[in-house]
Amino acid sequence: MAEQAVTDTPETGAGDGVRRRDFINIAAVSAAGVGGLATLVPLISQMAPSADVLAASSTEIDISSIQPGQAIKAEFRKQPVFLRNLTPQEIAAAEAVPLSELRDPQTLKERTKEGKLNWLITMGVCTHLGCVPLGAGEGEVKGDFGGYFCPCHGSSYDTAARIRKGPAPLNLQVPEFEFTSDTVVKIG
Amino acid sequence: MSFPWANEYKPSHPFMQWMDEKLPVPRLVYNAVGAGYPVPRNLNYFWNFGFMALACLGIQIVTGIILAMHYAANGGVAFDSVEHIMRDVNWGWLMRYAHANGASAFFVVIYVHIFRGFFYSSYKAPREMVWLLGVVIFLLMMATGFLGYVLPWGQMSFWGAKVITGLFGAIPLVGEPLQQWLLGGFAPDNAALNRFFSLHYLLPFVIVGVVVLHIWALHIPGSSNPTGVEIKTESDTVPFYPYFIAKDGWTLGVFLFVFCAVLFFAPNMLGHPDNYIPANPMSTPAHIVPEWYFWPFYAILRAFTVNFFFIPAKLMGVMAMFGSILVWFFLPWLDKSPVRSGAYRPLFRKFFWFGLIPAMLVLFYCGGAPAEEPYVVLSQIAALYYFAHFLIILPLVSAVEKPEPLPYSITEAVLGHDENAKLANAG
Repeated sequence: MAEQAVTDTPETGAGDGVRRRDFINIAAVSAAGVGGLATLVPLISQMAPSADVLAASSTEIDISSIQPGQAIKAEFRKQPVFLRNLTPQEIAAAEAVPLSELRDPQTLKERTKEGKLNWLITMGVCTHLGCVPLGAGEGEVKGDFGGYFCPCHGSSYDTAARIRKGPAPLNLQVPEFEFTSDTVVKIG
Repeated sequence: MSFPWANEYKPSHPFMQWMDEKLPVPRLVYNAVGAGYPVPRNLNYFWNFGFMALACLGIQIVTGIILAMHYAANGGVAFDSVEHIMRDVNWGWLMRYAHANGASAFFVVIYVHIFRGFFYSSYKAPREMVWLLGVVIFLLMMATGFLGYVLPWGQMSFWGAKVITGLFGAIPLVGEPLQQWLLGGFAPDNAALNRFFSLHYLLPFVIVGVVVLHIWALHIPGSSNPTGVEIKTESDTVPFYPYFIAKDGWTLGVFLFVFCAVLFFAPNMLGHPDNYIPANPMSTPAHIVPEWYFWPFYAILRAFTVNFFFIPAKLMGVMAMFGSILVWFFLPWLDKSPVRSGAYRPLFRKFFWFGLIPAMLVLFYCGGAPAEEPYVVLSQIAALYYFAHFLIILPLVSAVEKPEPLPYSITEAVLGHDENAKLANAG
């Protein structure tokens, strides 16, 4: 009997076949659906990087003490970043490579700031599986191409930190950066 | 469902009778793992690993809850809090070693359990759902194991987390945002550690839920057995209690003996010394390896070294690694042979022992070895065979193979004769 009371509704429309109950049904389910989906937004986005993590995502570094041929490791977004003062020979070596030989073709010019060709600033994160390549520290091996060498799976990068050998698919990433003065770089 | 001859639950004590009317939990237990559940009388020792796996899950949950009482999921103190457990907390060393080695033991047991299923085709109708739920449990175990390994926040924890979350970065378009969303940052840090702890605590209880479904689905057709011939009459079965409770208890004792030998005499045998160095985002260990139970799948991941048309090698590796387990979901429909047990399938048996098992062992070894030759080529060959075994060989074998004659019944397989068989033949 109860079931019949639910399904057996009085005719309200003038023969268009749409009952008041159908409208209420669709409206209620839609409201619940939209409400449910809207609730998912905070539940999911709470996992995205939080404000303090994002706030720490730019860093200023003094480069005045880095001599040509030297490099330093700094920290940016909890990851290493390499700042390298290239020697004229290293610049020449990077520019001598034809783009057709490169897996991820880019010139040294495209990877540095105008007029600051010697300042090569890249993430110290191998593009293969995220290891930290060697070559920035004093006395570390620089690989077959004189740039960086990843000990995990043997990827070698050249003096413009471009991938030349090994499993990594891309060049070391160049983060967003700018020179705030002649001796200070702001990364991020 | 159960068989018509299954013992019926008849509570004699008035309290149990009262209980049976209000909340028949004892009846449920009696019918599920008691005298009310008839099992094939010919089950061999491979059928004891499900019970052992359940025991492992119990060990992990109990030791895990205790560890959580002393552990702090914060990047600044996580490593120290684990050392605090090891040195200061009463019996803390035992709890942590039992939990770490318990994970390994769980995977040893579950691998035997899974390969039992491969050999005896436990995945075939009418037990497909049991198998599918089992694969889900295995995936949940892998996720739980990975999350747990990150918690001590040593070098392997950190770089393992980085490499594994980096796999999601290989997905086109959404990869990088997805990776940052999973980590809550640009690299593993506090946010990642905290959520990994939260999920590591949650997932075992999800596993418990799926295990209940796994056993429920199993009890509808009843357990399979080494002949693969379905149960026909009461003489094919014995009640689960006391017969298999006793046998499960005996194998559990043997298991605990081995487990304790490792736990007390070689607790770091399966661990990695680099994980006793605190996590350092600025320096990578020379040789990153996951826990041993991931090695076969890690080898498949690394087997892809060249781009495949427009798909980058890295993405291919990731897809192959996930695919190597997802293919198990299709097993009930890939292996079409009507005969279940590998014991009666001569061709299948050859491919199992001389194909699948060696391929798995090679992948296992290569996954733990450095990514250099000859390990890369070896894992490529083994990975190729692995996929061919499931996708090509099994369907072909089931089409061309002539199985050996099956016994009439489980009773005949055990006793050498079955009265009912004579009647059936005479009829």
